[in-house]
Amino acid sequence: MSQYILETKGLGISFGGLKAAQDVNIRIKKNQIYGLIGPNGAGKTTIFNLLTCVYKPTTGTFYLDGEEIRKLTPDKINHKGIARTFQNIRLFNNMTVIRNVMVGLANRPEYKCTVWESFFRLPRHFRVEKEMRDKAKELLRIFDLEEDRNGLACNLPYGKQRKLEIARALATNPKILLLDEPAAGMNPHETEDLANTIRFIRDHFDMTILLIEHDMNFVSDLCDEITVLNFGTVLAEGQTKTVLEDPEVIKAYIGG
Amino acid sequence: MNLKNLKLRHYINYIVIGLMTLVLSIITFTGGRFDNSMLFLLEKVAISIILAVSLSLVVGFLGELSLGHAGFMCVGAYLGGKVASLLVPYLGNGVLALVIALVVGCAAAAFCGVIIGIPALRLRGDYLAIVTLAFGEIVKSLFQNSSDESFGGSLGLETPRFDKSYLFIIAFVLVLLTLAIVQNLIRSKHGRAITAIRDNEIAARASGINVTKYKLLAFILSAAFAGIAGVLYSYSNYTVQSMKFGYNYSIEILVMVVLGGMGSINGSIIAAALITYLNTKLATILTGDLAVLQNLLYALILIVIIIYNNAPALKGFRDKYNIGVLAEKIIKQHRDPAHVKDDKAKWDVVPTKISMDEILSVDMNPQDNAPQKKQKGDK
Amino acid sequence: MELIFSTLINGLSLGGIYAMIALGYTMVYGIAKLLNFAHGDIIMVGGYIIYVFLATNNPLLAVAMAVVGCVILGVCVEKVAYRPLRGASPLAVLITAIGVSNLLQSLAQIIFGSAPKMATVYDFGVVKLMGATIQISSLVTLGVAFAVMTALTLFVKYTRIGRAMIAVSEDRDAAQLMGINVNSIITITFAIGSALAALAGLFYLLKAPSVSSTLGSMPGIKAFTAAVIGGIGSIPGAMLGGILLGMVESISYKITAIAPYTDAIEFSILIIILLVRPTGFLGKKRREKV
Repeated sequence: MSQYILETKGLGISFGGLKAAQDVNIRIKKNQIYGLIGPNGAGKTTIFNLLTCVYKPTTGTFYLDGEEIRKLTPDKINHKGIARTFQNIRLFNNMTVIRNVMVGLANRPEYKCTVWESFFRLPRHFRVEKEMRDKAKELLRIFDLEEDRNGLACNLPYGKQRKLEIARALATNPKILLLDEPAAGMNPHETEDLANTIRFIRDHFDMTILLIEHDMNFVSDLCDEITVLNFGTVLAEGQTKTVLEDPEVIKAYIGG
Repeated sequence: MNLKNLKLRHYINYIVIGLMTLVLSIITFTGGRFDNSMLFLLEKVAISIILAVSLSLVVGFLGELSLGHAGFMCVGAYLGGKVASLLVPYLGNGVLALVIALVVGCAAAAFCGVIIGIPALRLRGDYLAIVTLAFGEIVKSLFQNSSDESFGGSLGLETPRFDKSYLFIIAFVLVLLTLAIVQNLIRSKHGRAITAIRDNEIAARASGINVTKYKLLAFILSAAFAGIAGVLYSYSNYTVQSMKFGYNYSIEILVMVVLGGMGSINGSIIAAALITYLNTKLATILTGDLAVLQNLLYALILIVIIIYNNAPALKGFRDKYNIGVLAEKIIKQHRDPAHVKDDKAKWDVVPTKISMDEILSVDMNPQDNAPQKKQKGDK
Repeated sequence: MELIFSTLINGLSLGGIYAMIALGYTMVYGIAKLLNFAHGDIIMVGGYIIYVFLATNNPLLAVAMAVVGCVILGVCVEKVAYRPLRGASPLAVLITAIGVSNLLQSLAQIIFGSAPKMATVYDFGVVKLMGATIQISSLVTLGVAFAVMTALTLFVKYTRIGRAMIAVSEDRDAAQLMGINVNSIITITFAIGSALAALAGLFYLLKAPSVSSTLGSMPGIKAFTAAVIGGIGSIPGAMLGGILLGMVESISYKITAIAPYTDAIEFSILIIILLVRPTGFLGKKRREKV
């Protein structure tokens, strides 16, 4: 058991000659809400893609709960316990809201049911389906989406789509949740609501959360610690308050 | 499991096809006799339904275009037919030989499904479509150039003459089997995984779905049932000719799936039956050069339906005049006043479209938010 | 030696035809992001137009009319069938393209009947080269094909419209924001592709002077194969793939043992290349943005 639930060591990737991220070290303790901020193009989403093995790192590695998992495929990464949302929302648009969540639930060991059991409609199939449905409703309730559960995901308004994506990620029962700009495009009410929901998730599911966000109020209100990226490298890290007052960080944001 | 969970609409297709089979078998067994053209039509309908439902799994649910479905059918028809003609001298021309032929044809086609499934893991969309097309042509060409002793070459393969009056019953039992397995798959977590891959492969991976496994599963199942249809075809036609299983036949199956509405099993069934019936009727009316009018009709169906269902510009029109929506309106008119729903929807949409600060200062007052706040308290 | 030489020339001229058709596929695919299944059938329409206008006894007029007719047809197909589906799922567009292909074939069959029509455009005769008897039409095909391809490469590289085409194929939205009229670029692409298809139709008639409603379907599929082998979206790739495929076909036809399997061999090459190198020889890898 490591002290940190997620730890990256010298993580870096280059596309051709462009170093999208280099020597990034992030250490996240269990139950933290950790922020990853930085100007556009600083490599924040690249870090998410590295952590979920969409890209393979050119240098460095990362550990989840002390286990090195850099060589897995994205679906195996999810099984290990890293779930994510996407900056440009990626829902299963032509499926109902509740089914989106049920897709996320499907890999939990308690809902195991082989293809053969589904073909021949053995009792376990019905039990698992019912339990998944109930669990999905429970998750949707947290996000105020229970009423919309039978509509198609693509017909949800923007803010709810973001919430549904979080619900789906949460359904995979991760150890750490990566949220890519969860508050983008939300109005102040929705943002406040979202911050409360994220806190609720942390407390209720004993979850660790790593999030990318541009809304500084949101970040300073929510995050325990943050890392600031600029041009693919770490500019500053530490307690949110201290970091945000760092003149280097302010300069990177305002431009100097 | 109680009966309330058994929703009638989920099982309506089994019930209709099952009842039809039952009635027709009773007529047959009590001495009634259909003429051969009727029996032939019934067999053809059954074959088409199996083909359409199995193709629908790949096209409608996995979202990949397969243009080689007739190729899988061809493999099943040749191998099943060959096995049957080898077995008949020993086992007699009975159900046993047919069952063994079905198993062999199905397994052979499933194996080809694996072969095509592997490119499907690396390729998407147009590339995959062209690979499946190439596969179909390769299979056709291999059987066409086979030696006379093995698969009959260009003359075709002679297959056993099974008693016509019972074959259609077996065919419809196989339709029920296909339906049961495909629908059971789709209405399970595995089916949801397949549809999830269709909707967004990257998100599906990120949600822990083993894309490799499910793509292969869909392709293998689809191919296996096409193989079964092929064996039935060889039994129904007494002879198998590779020319039949070209690209055009694959397109005809695709037309059934598209006409039925992609992702709708019942639609595929109805379209398959309808097109097969039309084919037979049109073949008697349109002879000679006019036979091509049939192809013209299918081409037009394909274009018009796809444009109507997919054109971004027609979205509003579709939402307004959708059969499902109209039906729901008629049924639910009295129970659920629709306008309440509409209002709620609008309230949700507006704030995200206009700059928030303006709305907050001008339009919103605390009462508007009251119901929402209350809901939050509930959780 | 003579055999090798004649096989080589045949392969090159066949390859030239494939390359010209493949160019149509590859340009349309690169710019409009759609696999124009009906492209092969435009060759067939070109063949029929030549057949009709040969009645005037003026082969040049017939060819000119074929080019004009095919350009109009190609542009109309794009406007009627593909443009309404811009932004829809690729699957829908592909199925529509298949529908258009079948529509053209059945229309041709309704108008001209199912029996092939004889259409002798011009008899160039034969020439003895290095001991082998070579059809002069093969040499003409070869020459025209290379001239057209060179011209096209230069057009794309050095003209305003050509550069706009590259821009649209790289990023349609960005190109639109830069003031490029994407609609007209796509129309132009379809026009060029269809003109090339009409020429391919002419060369087919020079090779074997008969035209039927399925004239274009197999060459169409094979030329797409060529485009994929060379790397879709790449003009030199289309040439390379076309010539490679033409050579394979012409060699395979000469070897009795495998001649009946020629189609199967070509398609197997396609499948293997796609498995080993899905982007073809000269294609660029596209990374989906996550």
